[in-house]
Amino acid sequence: MSEHRGAPTGEPLVSIQSVSRRFGDVQALEQVSLEIRQGEFFALLGPSGCGKTTLLRILAGFEHPDSGSVTLDGADLLAMAPHRRPVNLMFQSYALFPHMNVAKNIAYGLEREGVPRREIRERVDEVLATVGLTGLARRRPHQLSGGQRQRVALARAIVKRPRLLLLDEPLSALDKKVRAEMQLELKRLQHEVGITFVVVTHDQEEAMSLADRIAVMSEGRVRQIDAPVPLYERPADLFVADFIGANNLITGVVTTDGLRVPDVGVLPCPAAPDAVGATATLAVRPERVRLGADGGLVGVVRDVTFFGGTTRVAVDVTGLDRPLLATVAGAAAVGLGDKTRVDWSGADAVLLDRA
Amino acid sequence: MRRFSWLYVPAGLTYLFLYLPIVVLVVMSFNAAETPYRWDGFDTAWYGRLFDDRAVREGLINTLVVAAGATALSTVLGTLLAVGLARYTRSKLLDAIAVAPAVLPDIVLAIGLLAFYTAVQFTLGLHSILLAHTVFGTAFVAAVVRTRLAHIDGSLEEASRDLGATAVQTFVRITLPSLAPGIIAGALLAFSLSIDEFVIAFFTAGPQDPTLPIVIYSMVRFGVTPEINALATLLLAVSFTFVIAAQRLSRLTESL
Amino acid sequence: MSSTLTPQRAARTDVGPRGRRAARRERLAGRLATLGPGLGYLVVFLLVPLALVLSYTLFHRGRFGGIVYEASTDNFTRVADGLYLGVIWTSVKLAGLTTLLALLLGYPTAYLIARLPRRWRTVALVLVVLPFWTNFLIRTYAWIILLNSEGVINRTLTGIGAIDRPLELLYTPGAVVGGLLYAYLPLMVLPLYSAIERLDPQLREASANLGARPARTFWSVTLPLTLPGVLTGCVFVFVPSLGNFVVPELLGGGRTVMVGNLIRDQFLKARDWPFGSTLALVVIALLVLLLMAQAWATRRLAGGNRA
Repeated sequence: MSEHRGAPTGEPLVSIQSVSRRFGDVQALEQVSLEIRQGEFFALLGPSGCGKTTLLRILAGFEHPDSGSVTLDGADLLAMAPHRRPVNLMFQSYALFPHMNVAKNIAYGLEREGVPRREIRERVDEVLATVGLTGLARRRPHQLSGGQRQRVALARAIVKRPRLLLLDEPLSALDKKVRAEMQLELKRLQHEVGITFVVVTHDQEEAMSLADRIAVMSEGRVRQIDAPVPLYERPADLFVADFIGANNLITGVVTTDGLRVPDVGVLPCPAAPDAVGATATLAVRPERVRLGADGGLVGVVRDVTFFGGTTRVAVDVTGLDRPLLATVAGAAAVGLGDKTRVDWSGADAVLLDRA
Repeated sequence: MRRFSWLYVPAGLTYLFLYLPIVVLVVMSFNAAETPYRWDGFDTAWYGRLFDDRAVREGLINTLVVAAGATALSTVLGTLLAVGLARYTRSKLLDAIAVAPAVLPDIVLAIGLLAFYTAVQFTLGLHSILLAHTVFGTAFVAAVVRTRLAHIDGSLEEASRDLGATAVQTFVRITLPSLAPGIIAGALLAFSLSIDEFVIAFFTAGPQDPTLPIVIYSMVRFGVTPEINALATLLLAVSFTFVIAAQRLSRLTESL
Repeated sequence: MSSTLTPQRAARTDVGPRGRRAARRERLAGRLATLGPGLGYLVVFLLVPLALVLSYTLFHRGRFGGIVYEASTDNFTRVADGLYLGVIWTSVKLAGLTTLLALLLGYPTAYLIARLPRRWRTVALVLVVLPFWTNFLIRTYAWIILLNSEGVINRTLTGIGAIDRPLELLYTPGAVVGGLLYAYLPLMVLPLYSAIERLDPQLREASANLGARPARTFWSVTLPLTLPGVLTGCVFVFVPSLGNFVVPELLGGGRTVMVGNLIRDQFLKARDWPFGSTLALVVIALLVLLLMAQAWATRRLAGGNRA
């Protein structure tokens, strides 16, 4: 597929084969297969109800698949009781024990392993320093801020030095500023402790910024597994194209010159000689769309939204049911109601779901 | 699919323990025998005997009179008290006074009221039981209404004031209607508690008008007859219907 | 108290001294109208009677009944007498045993109910509470039929040849405990259920995830976090058991005397109200101690369940 940003060693750690799970009428997972490599930061991304949480709970042992297999280091993970798995989970709600202070919370897992008291104290102090909570060991969870609680939850999970660390929507409960901070922190930590991380999230930006590889899921199926950049630039299907970032999606018939759309014309798209005559959807990112070019389509500016660094312009084009979006750097040169031309190069577009 | 859990053993024991005596009671009420211990074939004669029993009939009427009066009084007092405690004060002491009748052992309340009635030379009778039952009735109504109040958005009342309603108008048109399910539940609770109450009634009753629990008490004490089984079965049927109806009602009102 | 926290918040903008005075007057009126009747009633029919009982503990009985208003501590010396102390001790033992059994049966039951699918939960709970809504005397009476030497249990046992002679089940301390347990078991299950149900299931999962076996999770996480519910249930069972006089009379046959019987007899038979009041004070004192213990334990875990 494509190269990775991080430096995972590439050896498969977890192998999930044709896992299915059904809850009553809902097919939560359908024939899901994927591999998670040793040392990588992997993300399961999808809208709520896509099955990502079920998959996470299967890895942790709180849920069992109806069929399929899951191995970790080649050993059957499904045969192990939850408390025996070398897998730790950072819960979305953190699930800190309210009746124990921070140190006791973190020590809990080590005590279960029968680690000597002395070593427990050392490792707790060490991990508190790692997550930047030294001095808060005696606090109870309700005396901590949201960000601090999350650090405790993280410390409690990594202190066990698991083979695999699962993070369930790790940043969703934090406010925007703390979230950005934690995002960096998580990446630093993953690098530092060298544990394989699997993060479950519905937030594509979170997944893109954290993960080495992302599995996009929808309705119980894996749609695409790829590194963030190819995922953004080469979505494998309509769902991924629409879910990740903003996209202009236009349906038409493939010709040798481009995509023919009735009442609009022939639009630039990559050459697809084998698909000529087929119906397909063209996807082009707003930042690839040029405004005021020479050729292309003619439209009327319907909306201009200024985001600071960039401006998004919506252009109504006769024959298209949705306005075309274009993102330009800085302030826009066009105003509401202006006539303008829009264009893009065929190489910047993607043809999807050819049929 | 789920594995067998050892929890089923004690839980099963609990239900067996709770229902075995009731089942025996009901079965024995259709017994033809003269004693409630031996089975002599199916018969409904004891029900006939029960309906002819004047003491039971009068006891039932007395109980209903007391329960109705105590419920009416407790509902008014308890609802006002709940609103007052939730909206007008934060005194822990007043809170404690309002729950005390529900927490105190009944015998303490019973001797206190007997002492009080005697000290003020109040003649005992149905009215003294009614006033006594109002004490715990008020506490239970207040407790139930307060739980309901806790779930109500206080800004509703503020909105009403903001739109120009007076305090009284707000109470009548906003607070009371939103409290209705709680008030009904509290009233039902007070009513059924009063119907079943024995200890306080026993201490505060006059010699003339015993309530049904007092009648039952003397029946049980002075001789065991299958007539009690028949009475028990009827009361069980009434309570069960009542509880199930209340359950339905509360589910209905909650969905509003 | 800040007036902005009340529904009486002045909605208009003219919060001059006049407006403020009017708001204060209205607040006072609201307080009187809502709290007045109920508290007035409770003062007359609860606090005055309790004060009366309290004051009686200092006096003693006249030769022909009635009360002689001469203050002394005789009643308290009498309570400390071996005979009465023995009865109080028996009562505490029997009520304590009842509470323990209720906890042992009630906890697993409540735990199981809390884990049932939602629509079954209500059914299971109603089934626990149903017997409680039937007349207390009739519930006690049912046990006479069961336990009597000619009762259902003995007949069944002799019928299948398990025993030759009927067992003496009725009129024993065991029968009293059974009757009390039957009367108050639902009061244990309900607070336990609400405590267990409120417990975040993710805490149990977190415990397992960190390597705890189910038994360890129970002792380290579930039980400590439901302790306030356990204590509430224990108070709910222990207190009425202690003051009960009907069960010892009907199922104990007068052979097992509890403090409730003593109080009843002092008031209705011996007509020694001062001594009866003193015994009642002992019961109240035990109750207050228990409530204080419960409040203390709950406070220690406070913030806990909400965090």
